[in-house]
Amino acid sequence: MRRPSRRRVSEMALSEAEVRHVARLARLDLSDDDVAELAPQLSQILEYAEQVGEVAADDVEPMVHPFPVTNVMRDDHPAASLPRDEVLSQAPDAREDRFAVPRIVAEDA
Amino acid sequence: MTSDLLTDTAAGLAARMAAREVSAREVVDAHLDRIEATDGDGTSDTDVHAFLTVVADTARRHADDVDQRRVTGRDLGPLAGVPLALKDLFTMRGAPTTVGSRILEGWVPPYDATVTEKLRAADVIVLGKTNMDEFAMGSSTENSAYGPTRNPWDLGRVPGGSSGGSAAAVAALQAPLSLGTDTGGSIRQPAALCGLVGSKPTYGAVSRYGMVAFASSLDQAGPFARSVTDAALLQSVIQGHDPRDSTSIDPVRVGRDLPDLLADLDAGVEGLTIGVVTELQGEGYEPGVLAAFEDSLRRFEALGATVVEASIPHASYGLPAYYLVAPSEASSNLARFDGVRYGLRVDAPTAEEMNAATRGAGFGPEVRRRIMIGTHALSSGYYDAFYNQASRVRRLIANDFATAFEQVDVLVSPTSPSVAFPLGDKTDDPLAMYLNDVATVPASLAGVPAVSVPNGRGAEGLPTGLQVMGPLLGDDRCFRVARALEADLGLDPVPSGANAVAPA
Amino acid sequence: MVTTVKEGWELVVGLEVHVELVTTTKMWCGCLTHFGEEPNTNICPVCTGQPGSLPVVNGAAVRAAALIGLAINCSVNETSQFHRKNYFYPDLVKNYQISQYDVPICSEGHLELEVEGSPVTVGIERLHMEEDTGKSTHLGGSGRLHGADTSLIDYNRAGVPLMEVVSHPDIHDAETAQAYVRELQGIVETLGVSDARMDQGSMRVDANVSVRRPGEPLGIRTEIKNLNSVRSLGRAIAYEAQRQIEVLEDGGEIVMQTRHWDESTGRTETLRVKETVTDYRYFPDPDLVPVHCPADWVDEIRAELPELPAAARARLTDAGVDEAQAAALVGTSGMLAAFDEAVATGADPRTVANWLVGDVAGQLSTAEVDFADSGITGAHVGQLVALVDDGTLSNNLAKQVVEHLVADRGSRSPAVVAQEEGLQQVSDTDELQAIVDRVVADNPDTVATIRDGNTKAIGALVGQVMKETRGQADPRATNELLRAAITP
Ligand SMILES: [Mg+2]
Ligand SMILES: [Zn+2]
Repeated sequence: MRRPSRRRVSEMALSEAEVRHVARLARLDLSDDDVAELAPQLSQILEYAEQVGEVAADDVEPMVHPFPVTNVMRDDHPAASLPRDEVLSQAPDAREDRFAVPRIVAEDA
Repeated sequence: MTSDLLTDTAAGLAARMAAREVSAREVVDAHLDRIEATDGDGTSDTDVHAFLTVVADTARRHADDVDQRRVTGRDLGPLAGVPLALKDLFTMRGAPTTVGSRILEGWVPPYDATVTEKLRAADVIVLGKTNMDEFAMGSSTENSAYGPTRNPWDLGRVPGGSSGGSAAAVAALQAPLSLGTDTGGSIRQPAALCGLVGSKPTYGAVSRYGMVAFASSLDQAGPFARSVTDAALLQSVIQGHDPRDSTSIDPVRVGRDLPDLLADLDAGVEGLTIGVVTELQGEGYEPGVLAAFEDSLRRFEALGATVVEASIPHASYGLPAYYLVAPSEASSNLARFDGVRYGLRVDAPTAEEMNAATRGAGFGPEVRRRIMIGTHALSSGYYDAFYNQASRVRRLIANDFATAFEQVDVLVSPTSPSVAFPLGDKTDDPLAMYLNDVATVPASLAGVPAVSVPNGRGAEGLPTGLQVMGPLLGDDRCFRVARALEADLGLDPVPSGANAVAPA
Repeated sequence: MVTTVKEGWELVVGLEVHVELVTTTKMWCGCLTHFGEEPNTNICPVCTGQPGSLPVVNGAAVRAAALIGLAINCSVNETSQFHRKNYFYPDLVKNYQISQYDVPICSEGHLELEVEGSPVTVGIERLHMEEDTGKSTHLGGSGRLHGADTSLIDYNRAGVPLMEVVSHPDIHDAETAQAYVRELQGIVETLGVSDARMDQGSMRVDANVSVRRPGEPLGIRTEIKNLNSVRSLGRAIAYEAQRQIEVLEDGGEIVMQTRHWDESTGRTETLRVKETVTDYRYFPDPDLVPVHCPADWVDEIRAELPELPAAARARLTDAGVDEAQAAALVGTSGMLAAFDEAVATGADPRTVANWLVGDVAGQLSTAEVDFADSGITGAHVGQLVALVDDGTLSNNLAKQVVEHLVADRGSRSPAVVAQEEGLQQVSDTDELQAIVDRVVADNPDTVATIRDGNTKAIGALVGQVMKETRGQADPRATNELLRAAITP
């Protein structure tokens, strides 16, 4: 479960192929023009962002929230659900009281 | 009479309604008329275009209801009957929420945000939903899928962003109050550019439940107003622990109450130590912005405060850290917009293709850019160098603030490096646009509260803002310092200038 | 004997078991976890991923996870964290699953199993908490995913708490895999935290299967899904091992892939090939805060642990019950409690075990009724044993009583059944003497044979008496009376 070790990022400005790979991960249709425009932009932004590696050694504990609280939990008590029709009314396609989607090709996980 | 209702403060209107000098219905009608007269649909360059949706009928009904309850002697809150403009990112039943995006076009949320509930409980009357940079990603409101909002001080310029619609609505006298959200400066920067008071509360002081998420560990809702008192009043209404938001501050767990924002509001700055953040001034800041800032520092000293140099040594790493943390979280938060449960769908033969086509068509360029940055930054092999490392930098910046607050009561800086810039000026250069957030991002990363208060005029007579940053849960102190400067300056909050919105 | 793979090969299996918890509400919201309701009725902003909604951890699910973890000999980590596992799928409302990553709630445990009479230990890598997905139905084609043109999604199941238990690849035969799953089922059922029904999907088992030459590094594995019973698990592993061995022996290569078990054909089929390792972009969920399990809280949970199946089996065998019966008593829902209740009435443990595992279980199985639903209680069994002991019932009569208990779902006690159905033994000597006298008088030839020394022939007379009494005669008394009547 360990992640691969840290990479030197500046050595790898994003190529168009990598942009396409990331777009696939993000389920984002991009045109060839989009890709051509994004590759240098993303490279520039990431190169700028890469500065974060100049400080904060591994012994600095990452911070996500300012207050170090833990165990925020609720009791196992039921709460009201939503009316089905109200939720389904927002769906682009709903049939037989369910959300409808086109054919699913691959099972992901 | 009408123009006087429009220029009055929220506190002033509330007092007049309480004294039955004017009804909530009259106040609401005056503001709806003003919206009608000035807002337009964004197609003309004289349109402010602050609103995406106006809920006139609901607002009028609510106003009548408030008036009726007041007649029957019912106890009403301190802002009862006061109109408000709500950023189009808070869910509210019965009205669409678009977040400035095509991908949510037509979505009518099935539930109310906690903030929306609190507004209703306080009888604050929502006039409508305001324009914003798509998914709150931007600093000019030009990234809205529904056209830009214009700055009421100069209709050729941007109002700032991402809460530009909420800022412009209050500056244009369309509402005395509005709510925005601030992830890296999205309340403070437009407040500065529109000559308003804007506050980003301590992270967790206001519930995020029902706020369409941009970056969960940074997002906070906060007020815009034309006076510090109004902003503090509104923040008092919306703050408080919410069990539906695990990151909302629970006084029992944190061991401290949320601050009373009004008790010491007018206590002045005498005896306080104000730290000037060395790293957040100088190069990159416009001369007019720096001049106004220097003037404010002299005023603080004259008012009895001790002004000292202070340091947030890692401040310059704030922007790069922010532009990793925020897009990373956003890339995941925005994954749910896939054409299955709500919003836009672009048809395609398979679910995968439908997802990708919908997202490709539904998200604008800046949102796509950030999803791409964030997806890459979280991907295998990069996580540690990017998200994790940026989170370490957050810790350093938070520590810097904690250390500084051992010496000073508040920290100050200019809110924005520039006054409002012309529409289209920075749209071709994402990184130049990101630099707008340089002064606001450190407080966001640390989670500390910060208030922007108008502190004079810079280039072209346009407003400038001063940012007051406090320690965690020191929101009251930020408002108090802002109030002292506001009182000393006595600026007129109504837009003026050659290209300003028509006067009320 | 366990089934071994072909000589010269070693099978390596690791299991990932997903267990749905029977909490009242879902993992992050207050919607009910009930199954079998109308589609999309137990849904809210949170479990349909409405923009702006936020998750809040269900404390009962965390407690249940710690309980299971302790029961499988894991340590409970003092701090654990929820991560987002990012992937797109229409049944996953947020297109990320909230799960646990580098710090799960529980780590490193093991299960001690009895497989065909031998002890086997299977290591457990981790137990983590996550959320279930919605359920898709596929329209068009065969109703399966393949060939469907539209899928319909019901989010009632979305957000139901799931525990994932990941074993080490310590399993080398199908029987051990089956025993491991049965043991886990028994544990979660004993803890009362899940139904653990493979057929209903409340327990889902994925098997990672590979083969290698002994001593060589691990082979490339395939992951088998769609295992709906412990039996299919065993069949699928055996099939897949054989398939892989054949491929390798033919000089082929195993491709990393997910395979679907087809119960009807008894084969595994390629579901999809994993071209690259999926990049889930795990990161700590910023909507949630860490879970902290201090040592004293863990101790408190540990103290709540009931007797677990392994301990129960040991206790039964110590009481003289044979191992297979002990395993059956512990492994059948509700049976251990009935056993204990019966023994508490003073009945002999071995006798109680014989009745429960023997006639009761056998007749229930014929009637296709689960013991837990049979209405038969420990008190019933205790009384049955007492009636046999005091001579009211013969073994044969007692079996007839059990038939009634099964048919009536235990609505009458054995004593009432015996009385109402006239199943008591005839031990009234006068009545029996009259019958014996009549049988002796009616069978002079047989009597003569016995008198001539063929004592075995007395069995025919006993049979006659039994027939006359419809089996209710006390065999011992009948024998004595017959001998007395025949002996000149
Ligand atoms: Mg899992
Ligand atoms: Zn729910």
